[in-house]
This record gives sequence, C-alpha cells and structure tokens, in this order.
Amino acid sequence: MSTAEDHHDPERRDFLYYATAGAGAVTAGAVVWPLVNQMNPSADVRALSELRQDIEMEPGEQIRVLWQGKPVFIRRRTEEEINSARDVPVGDLQDPDARNGNDYGAPATDANRSFGENDEYVLFMGVCTHLGCVPVGAGEGDFGGWFCPCHGSHYDMAGRIRRGPAPENLHIPEFDFEEGVVVLKKQYKP
Amino acid sequence: MSGIPHDHYEPKSDWEKGLHNRLPIIGLLYDTLMIPTPKNLNWMWIWGIVLTFCLALQIVTGIVLVMHYTPHVDLAFASIEHIMRNVEGGHMIRYLHMNGASLFFVAVYAHIFRGLYYGSYKAPREVTWIIGMLIYLLMMGTAFMGYVLPWGQMSFWGATVITGLFGAIPFVGEAIQTWLLGGPAVDNATLNRFFSLHYLMPFLIAGLVVVHIWAFHTTGNNNPTGVEVRRTSKEDAEKDTLPFWPYFVIKDLFALAVILVVFFAIVGFMPNYLGHPDNYIEANPLATPAHIVPEWYFLPFYAILRAFTPDVWLVMFVTWITGGIVTAKFFGVIAMFGAIAVMALAPWLDTSSVRSGRYRPMFKWWFGLLVFDFFVLMWVGAMPAEGIYPIIALIGSIYWFAYFLVLLPLLGVIETPDAQPENIEADFAAKHSKHVDGGSAGSTQPAE
Amino acid sequence: MMLRKLALSVALSLGLANGAMAAGGAGHVEDFDFSFEGPFGSFDTNQLQRGLQIYTEICSGCHGLQYVPIRTLSDSGGPELPENQVRAYAEFYEVFDADLDDFRPAKPTDHFPESSLENAPDLSLMAKGRAGFHGPYGSGMNQLFKGMGGPEYIASLLVGYTGEEKEQAGSIFYENTAFPGGWIAMAPPLYGDDVEFADGHSTDLHHLAEDVSAFLMWTAEPKLMARKQSGFAGVLLLTLLSVLLYLTNKRLWAPVKAKYKKKD
Repeated sequence: MSTAEDHHDPERRDFLYYATAGAGAVTAGAVVWPLVNQMNPSADVRALSELRQDIEMEPGEQIRVLWQGKPVFIRRRTEEEINSARDVPVGDLQDPDARNGNDYGAPATDANRSFGENDEYVLFMGVCTHLGCVPVGAGEGDFGGWFCPCHGSHYDMAGRIRRGPAPENLHIPEFDFEEGVVVLKKQYKP
Repeated sequence: MSGIPHDHYEPKSDWEKGLHNRLPIIGLLYDTLMIPTPKNLNWMWIWGIVLTFCLALQIVTGIVLVMHYTPHVDLAFASIEHIMRNVEGGHMIRYLHMNGASLFFVAVYAHIFRGLYYGSYKAPREVTWIIGMLIYLLMMGTAFMGYVLPWGQMSFWGATVITGLFGAIPFVGEAIQTWLLGGPAVDNATLNRFFSLHYLMPFLIAGLVVVHIWAFHTTGNNNPTGVEVRRTSKEDAEKDTLPFWPYFVIKDLFALAVILVVFFAIVGFMPNYLGHPDNYIEANPLATPAHIVPEWYFLPFYAILRAFTPDVWLVMFVTWITGGIVTAKFFGVIAMFGAIAVMALAPWLDTSSVRSGRYRPMFKWWFGLLVFDFFVLMWVGAMPAEGIYPIIALIGSIYWFAYFLVLLPLLGVIETPDAQPENIEADFAAKHSKHVDGGSAGSTQPAE
Repeated sequence: MMLRKLALSVALSLGLANGAMAAGGAGHVEDFDFSFEGPFGSFDTNQLQRGLQIYTEICSGCHGLQYVPIRTLSDSGGPELPENQVRAYAEFYEVFDADLDDFRPAKPTDHFPESSLENAPDLSLMAKGRAGFHGPYGSGMNQLFKGMGGPEYIASLLVGYTGEEKEQAGSIFYENTAFPGGWIAMAPPLYGDDVEFADGHSTDLHHLAEDVSAFLMWTAEPKLMARKQSGFAGVLLLTLLSVLLYLTNKRLWAPVKAKYKKKD
C-alpha cells in the first residue's frame, strides 16, 4: 500500500536520477550543436566555392580569375616556355616540393606542376608565398616566369620559386580537368 | 534577505571563505536556489520557469538569427529567405524564434491569470506585480517590433496601423508618429530602429526579471491558499515549505519538458499555423492585405481598441464633453492601454481581505467569466469588424473594465469568504492524506 | 484538473488565433491529397521534376522564382536533378551580372529570374503566402486538420476557371472559383496536355495542377522534410525526458507526501 519500494531501493533511485541527468545532458547537447553549426559557411557560400573555367586558349595566353577572393593564374605555355621549366633539375630548386593540392608531397618537377596534353597548362594561386602579394607575369623576373614586385621573389615558368624571400612554390589548388574545363572546388569540412 | 527564516550558505574551506568575504556570489546563488517555497504549489506555478526558458530561447535564437539577417528594406525579406534556405539549420532556428514568441505569450497569459486568481498581486506583492506588468509591456513592444523585421506584408501594415495609434493622440500625435517612424511612413529608418530596439529590449526584460524574482524572494511566493508561510521560527517555516532545489526545479522542468513536446510538434509539423500567410509576401507600400490582423497574442487588446466606435454613446459623450479632443480613434487607444493599466492597478482595486480565489465563492465565477471574456475578445479581435462582431467586442471590453473597476472593489465588500486552512501544511496534508487521491489529474501521486 | 483545463484553453487560444484568416469572400478550395502532407509526408521527386517542367515551359513565361537558387534543384529531397543537368538548365535563363554590366546565361549559383510581367507575382513563396483553408467561424480547426492549404489553393486556382470572361477598365478578367473575389487577371495557364512528360505520366489538367503546386510547395519550403525530421527528433527526445522527469519528480516527492498519508 505504502511506498516502501521508494525507501528501500536506493539503487533504483540512483539509476533513475542518473538516467534523467543523462537525458538532460543529451538534450542540452542537441541544443548546442545547431547553434554552433549555423556559423559554418552557408549553402550559398559553399556553392560559390566551385569555379568552372573554360581554358580554351592559344599557347602563350593566360587568364586570371578570382576564386575564393584570390586570383588564380591559368596559362597555356608555349613549347619554349615548357622546355625552360623542364630543363631545371629538382636539386637546383629552392623548394623541392611541388606544392600541388592534387598530389601532396610530390617532387617539384615540371610534370608535377602542370597538366593537359604535353604538360601545356599550368594553374596556381596568384599569391606570392612570401607575404601574399600578387606576382606579375608571365615573362617577368630573372627566370622568365612570374615576379613579385613587393620583395623581389622570382618564379619560373612552372611557378616555382627560384630566387628571393618566398619560401615555397606558388600553390596549386585542388582541381579537376575535363573536356577543356577546369573545376576548382574548395572542400569545406562537414 | 529578510522574509522566511531558512538556512544560509556557510562557506567551509578557506578558499570559500576568502571568496565569500570578497564576493558573496555563492551565497547569493545558494539563497536564490534554496529559497523556501510553499509545499502546496500547484501546476499553475510552473509558468515562471517556462517564461525564463522562453526568454533564454528567444535571446539565444535571436542572437543567432542576427548573424544572418540584414535590416534594410531591400534586403530584409531576402535575408530571411537566405536563413530559411542556405544557413545550416537556419529554418529550424527561425521557426523556433517565430513560434517561441507564441509560447512566450501563452506562458505569460497563464502566469498573469494565475496571479489574478490566487491574488498574487495583493499586498505585500504589489511590486512584483507591477514589475511583471512592465515586463509584459516590454514583451509586447519587443514582439511587435520583431514582427516588423521580416519585412513581409503583415510586418509593414502591422507597423503602419500600430504606429498610427500614436497619431490619434490629440495635438502632438502626428509629431510623435513621425518621430517613431523616422519619416512620414514606415520605411528603412523605421526598420533599422525597430531592429535596434528589438535587440535591446529583451535585455531590459532580463534585467526586470531579476528584479521580479528578487521582489518575490523577499516577500516569499504566494501559494494556492493565499495563506502566508509561518515565519515564527525556522522549524515552523520548514513545515510549510521545501527548498526550491530540487523539489520545484524538477517539478517545473518536468512541466517544461511536456510543454516543449507540444512546442516542438508545432515547430516541426505546422510552424506557420500561428502566422499569417501574407507575411510571406514582401512588404509593398502600394497594396494593403485584405485583412490586417495582429498576431494572436495581441488580439484581445486589438478587439478592445476596435470596440469603441463613434456610434457608442459613451464615446459620443466623451467626445462631446471634451469638445472633440477625444475622438473615437483616440478613445480606442486609451481603452486599449487602459485595459492593461486597470490590470496593473488590481492590487489597489481588490478590496477583499482574502487572497486566494479558492476561498471566494462569488469571485470564482466572475473570474471564470473574465477568462472566458479574454478568449472571446481574442476570437472577436480576429474577426472582421462588421455584423455582430463589434457588438460582441463592445460587451467583452466593457466586462473587462467592469471586472477590474467595479467587481474587484465590490466583491471584497459583499462577499462572505469560505474558511481558509490554518496554514500551508494543513492544506498540503489535507490533499495528500486521502486514501484515493481523486480529481487532480495533473499532480504527481504517490504510487499506491 | 488544472492541467486539463489549461491544455483546453491553450488549444482554444491557438485555434482562435487562426480565426485571423477567416476573411470573407474567399473562393472554394479543393483538398488535394499531396505526398508531403502529414507528419511523415515527403516530397515526391518525380512529381517535383514534372512540376519543374510545367513551371519552366509555362509559368516562367511571366512569373519568377527570385528567392530560389537554381543549384537547389539538385538538393536531396528536392527535384534531385544531376548537377550537369542543373548547369544545362541554368543556361536556359539570362541574368543580369552587375560585374559585367550585361546579361549572361545563368549559372547554378544564380537564382531563378524575377517575374518578367509587372502584375505576375513571384512564385517562390506562393505556396506559403496563401491559405486555402479557413474557419469555421474563426476557430482555425480546418487549418489544424487540413493544413494551411497553400498548395491546395494554387492547384484549385489552376483548375478553377469557369470559362467566363469580362472586360473591366481595358483589362480582361477571367472567372475563377478559387480566386477571392471570383475574377482573376491571369488567363487560364493550363488546359490539360500542355506539356509532355518523359515518364509518360498523365497530363490531364487536374494532374498538371497538382504537380506544379507540389513543385511550388518545394520552392516555398525546401527544408520541409528536414524540418519534420528535426521536429520528430525533438518530440521523441523531449518525450523521453518528460517521462524520466516525471518519474524522478514522483520519487523525489514521495517521502514528503508519505508523511501526511493516513496510516491504515
């Protein structure tokens, strides 16, 4: 009749209290996550992370496009330009890493920094790896490639740093190449 | 804290003593959380926690929405759609905020009517009551301005109509209206200032909530009997009370969880049920919606506003006696604010020596009628002002005022109250000594 | 008692609130049976694709969907077009590019264009901007049980033409049983067999109206399914929490109440 079990079963009472506290904690957690998650890039921003660029052009031509707020250089190189970059031994380079987002850790050979038929095309961020200025070129600087006027970094025809304060080769972002179109897509972590 | 005698926080370790001598914050929290609370509080005493939750919900979701919202006439509507379509989980956050306002008002009305029935407004709790009324007014202002922000058709025309009320004030009305709007009509300036104030006012409310709690922690809670807790000694007080934590916190959280089940069902499955479709059409100063209606929580007072048309003899008389200064339009505005003012004056209008409606046989019925009247006014406020509806609104409005201005003073004089229990413990014991605990479906019953 | 009374009054007040929409002069709205209705209803991808086709071939001539990003056509739960189809579809529209100071073919990241006709309303939110059901007597019960009725209103409007016309101030108005006031400026947009579906689905007027209305419900509330899932998860979690809190509360108070129990 009376509530004997309430007094004589402390174990059950403890379990109930822990379960309630646990469920409360789970509920609180379920509230916090959406509040944090809403600050992640929204769907429209994520959609703009994709750049599709038609790269049909003549050898020796270059396009500069803005992607993710930064310039991207895409160049179809001439035979001569390709050879000037190919002939450099990796051992002579200031930065022996290809800095290629599609091929992490690869050596900085010209082949590893170019794409397309006969390695005609190069694509990289037009952001000097020293302090972030936009290099000028191509055909500028002591190595006939790109030159950063801010502090005098010289890049060659594969966008590799050859002389000056810049520590790394110009970065190549991750991209796809299909049927004359390059697709750059920044991956947001889910 | 004066009031009910109870144990206070005693710092034990040196560290605690050190902190306590410099900032007695743990003591403050302890006294607040362990406040002696009448044992016999029923399920109408849960709304305070629900309201606190609502305020937190609205502030948190609101701050989050501001991260994505743009207060500009050209961009506001589109930024809401941006939240609904692009922002991670934005649609849920926005719907929670939107329906959170409704939950807030459901709770505040329940809380207010609880106070009116159990006489919580009476001495010595007048200050708590007045602060509560201020909170309620601020809530209405906040809700009204928040409703303008999505910049839909109802936002725009609601703002136009409500600020138009101020235009009814004699002599200075137009100047006040222009000052409120920041121009001749609702426009970008209006949107920007409403946004600013909508963001500010919840924090004022939060400040007043602290004062509200402070006030009733000083006087002690009212309870369903209206009989005060015995304060002759700590032992006596403990017979009437239990500490707020854990007894009432857990009880209130249970009620809150049940209410939130309903709330989440509405947000998840019918989030637009309480809204107006017209607000999904962008504001257009050239076209008024066919039927401008405020949100449901304003409807009773909106009905009172509309009830006093120029053909009501009282209005005609007042217009005549004031030489045309108080027009029907202005009369309606006075009536609307007056309806809230008379409620705020309840502590001084009620003459009864008995606090709780439970022991007032006549009062009970008139109070029931007031609650009914409130719902009738809410309903009639949503109906078009034609046919029988204005007459219903007028009768309902008159009863609202009659309750506070005539019945409350009169009943205290003519009514013979029932016997009240000697103390709170007696009431609690009477309820729980029954073998078969029939009736009160809501209360937790011992397992038998 | 108190709780029950309270629940009743809350229900009543919620219901009454919607009397708001009980405006006079509303037309007749048929209660279509859409797949996305009810707590577990979801969009029918094929129907959304058919609706998109109807919108594209017919509605988009005058109306716009300015709040709908074209890329969302490939979102899961929506029409779910493959991304390359979305790109091809986007180029169908021309949008003004402020950077170019010229028009260019749309990209998936662009929104659908605005309405091209002055008095043709944008359709993005039409299914939420209209209510098909009202009352009775301002009680809001119809909307509680049937839903707000936005898509039903659109579908009823599309099938509601009687064939009568009248001229007023130089414009032609068409009689429509669903349109408030009964006369609408829009000429009948659908007659049946206006489009041809690749999947061979029926193209009679009633089905076309239903398909395009479903599509417009999606444009108005693309997160409908995610919302219902969140709501359901919330209800489940809070129900569990309620039960646990109920038991905890009962146990917590039991010794307090037991003290006053009469001994047998």
